[in-house]
Amino acid sequence: MFNWLHGPMTVGTLLTISVLAVVLLLIVLAFVTYAIYFERKVIGWIQLRHGPTEHGPLGLLQTPADVLKLLIKEDIIPKLADKPLFILAPVLAFVPSFTVVAVIPFTDAIGFTDTNVGLLIYVALSGITILGTLLGGWASNNKYSLLGGMRSAAQMISYEIPLILSAMGVIVMAGTMNLREIVEFQGQMGVWFVVPQIVGFLVFLIAANAEMNRSPFDLPEAESELVAGYHTEYSGFRFAIFMLTEYVYMFAMSSLIVVLFLGGWLPPLQWIPGLGFLKAVPGIVWFALKFVVVVFYWIWLRGTMPRFRTETLMNFAWKVLLPVSLLNLVATAVIKALV
Amino acid sequence: MRTEELTLNVGPQHPSTHGVLRLVVKLDGERITHVEPVIGYLHRGTEKLAEGLNFTQIIPYTDRMDYLAAMLNNYCLVHAVETLMGLEIPERAEYLRVIVMELNRVASHLVWFGTYLLDIGALSPFLFAFNERETILNLFNELCGARLTYNYMRVGGVKWDAPEGWLEKVDEFVKRMMQKVDEFHTLVTGNEIFLNRMRGVGKYDAGTALAFGLSGVNLRCTGVDYDIRKFKPYSIYDRFEFDVPLSQEGDCYARYLLRLEEIRQSLRIVEQAVAQIPDGPVMAKVPKMLRPPKGEVYTSIEGARGELGCHIVSDGKDKPYRIKWRRPSFVNLQILPKLAVGLNMSDLVAVLGAIDIVLGEVDG
Repeated sequence: MFNWLHGPMTVGTLLTISVLAVVLLLIVLAFVTYAIYFERKVIGWIQLRHGPTEHGPLGLLQTPADVLKLLIKEDIIPKLADKPLFILAPVLAFVPSFTVVAVIPFTDAIGFTDTNVGLLIYVALSGITILGTLLGGWASNNKYSLLGGMRSAAQMISYEIPLILSAMGVIVMAGTMNLREIVEFQGQMGVWFVVPQIVGFLVFLIAANAEMNRSPFDLPEAESELVAGYHTEYSGFRFAIFMLTEYVYMFAMSSLIVVLFLGGWLPPLQWIPGLGFLKAVPGIVWFALKFVVVVFYWIWLRGTMPRFRTETLMNFAWKVLLPVSLLNLVATAVIKALV
Repeated sequence: MRTEELTLNVGPQHPSTHGVLRLVVKLDGERITHVEPVIGYLHRGTEKLAEGLNFTQIIPYTDRMDYLAAMLNNYCLVHAVETLMGLEIPERAEYLRVIVMELNRVASHLVWFGTYLLDIGALSPFLFAFNERETILNLFNELCGARLTYNYMRVGGVKWDAPEGWLEKVDEFVKRMMQKVDEFHTLVTGNEIFLNRMRGVGKYDAGTALAFGLSGVNLRCTGVDYDIRKFKPYSIYDRFEFDVPLSQEGDCYARYLLRLEEIRQSLRIVEQAVAQIPDGPVMAKVPKMLRPPKGEVYTSIEGARGELGCHIVSDGKDKPYRIKWRRPSFVNLQILPKLAVGLNMSDLVAVLGAIDIVLGEVDG
């Protein structure tokens, strides 16, 4: 699949890329649809409820119905809002969220790019989303939105640094930023990065949670304080796009965690002699399984955790996560140099 | 850099003001410099309306003051009238009253627990708490045909005797609820994020609490041992063994722990009452037209939110000349502007929630 990337650009490859991009978009949209369903079911079970059951068999059509409702709603733009920015903000938030999916290798054969700076592209692009939320908060001309937007910008910028630094440990060990090669390196090493880089993994997990603005780091959209934060004034499909952004990031971030720390498409426990047969299972299945575990983790947290306080949030990022991830990086580098 | 103060209008429609409370908040960044509660959106003039009604007719109006603990409101009124008239209440009626009042206190604290955790950002405790509260509401429904506005008590007793098997169901519930309180502790109390949000937030000392006239948990969290059930026993509370949970901390965390402990103590009272309840009539012989003698009376009971008092001035007619309720939510709310200065928005929600107000009671 990667071969045509290296050849010259022809009409054929362009068409293939376009078609495949649409296919990926559809896969991501299907994921989002059923991630919301999954989340509602799991949260429901945690809370002694059934979750959606009414629409379609087992409530499977609940999310399509919700999306349809949002899409056919009246498009409301507040009179005093900054109209161009108000329209631009959801787009600015959504486009990078979808673009980052391109760098994720789902298996050694399925993936959209094979670039040597995959991780860097991910981090750089996902940073743009902050602009979208900040603009949304500003352009709505609503005080709650403004507070939410500011919180969101402060939070995402603060947590981006430990996020990158904790991933640096992986990069130092693997000696590459190419995500496909990082997974292959874990295959050669025999053990996934979650073991040698456990500190980095934990920091990454926490920082990723904050990056996605999910509970317990959902301060930017704290319902009980800021009503809905930066998207208070958004309704209809613009709101749907903000929601979509969040769930696409959940998709992307969970994939990234699987790739960086959980051995991507590799089967588990390969160092145990008798378990070689697990290789017979296609890589995409392993990827999907690990991915579901990570997604479940986010939902589980949401069902059980209260929300952070603003000061604690900042203190935690700068005074705990940053030093820990730095130490981890230094220790990794020293050990790598010595061994 | 030029900075400006931000005036934020919180409410009257806002998820965390627990009703139609409006707060005018002045913010410097996210830090609060000034809070002004604006109340009255739910004012129905209950006290004025009561002047045109006879005493039995006032009872349903009391249901709608603190709608989360309507039994306690019922009792507050009938207790004042009975004191004024010097009535003897049948034993069984007193026991039934204590059982429903304490169950109602549990229900009220459960709502508080659930919604407070929702304010803090935890979703699940809300549903766990409401699940248990539902059992209590069903029990009340079976007893008097209403889930929230009971209109159950009468001057001289209660309207309905407990249906067959009802007391056993109450006993069963008490046993289950005791375990549920432990479950709530497991789920929430030890959580590091939760402790961080609660400890030291909204702290005040006993002097301040007394100066503001606080009562209930808001007072006891500072170490002042004032529970009217113990301090000035009314009804038959002197017959039961229970403790008044106290704390010295005076912060939101202390108030949280005390309310959960109060659920346990209320359950203890219900347990004893169910075991001791005698047979007999549930209504005293009272005249058809209630005409309390000319005079004044003030009685107070320990409501779910503090000292719930009722002051009646009677001129010997079947309607009160003037009636005045001491509504604990209204009094307790007054400390909010003092506590909120210097906090940020999320702490404001935590402090307001910990006071535990019900807007029907604040506005009267």
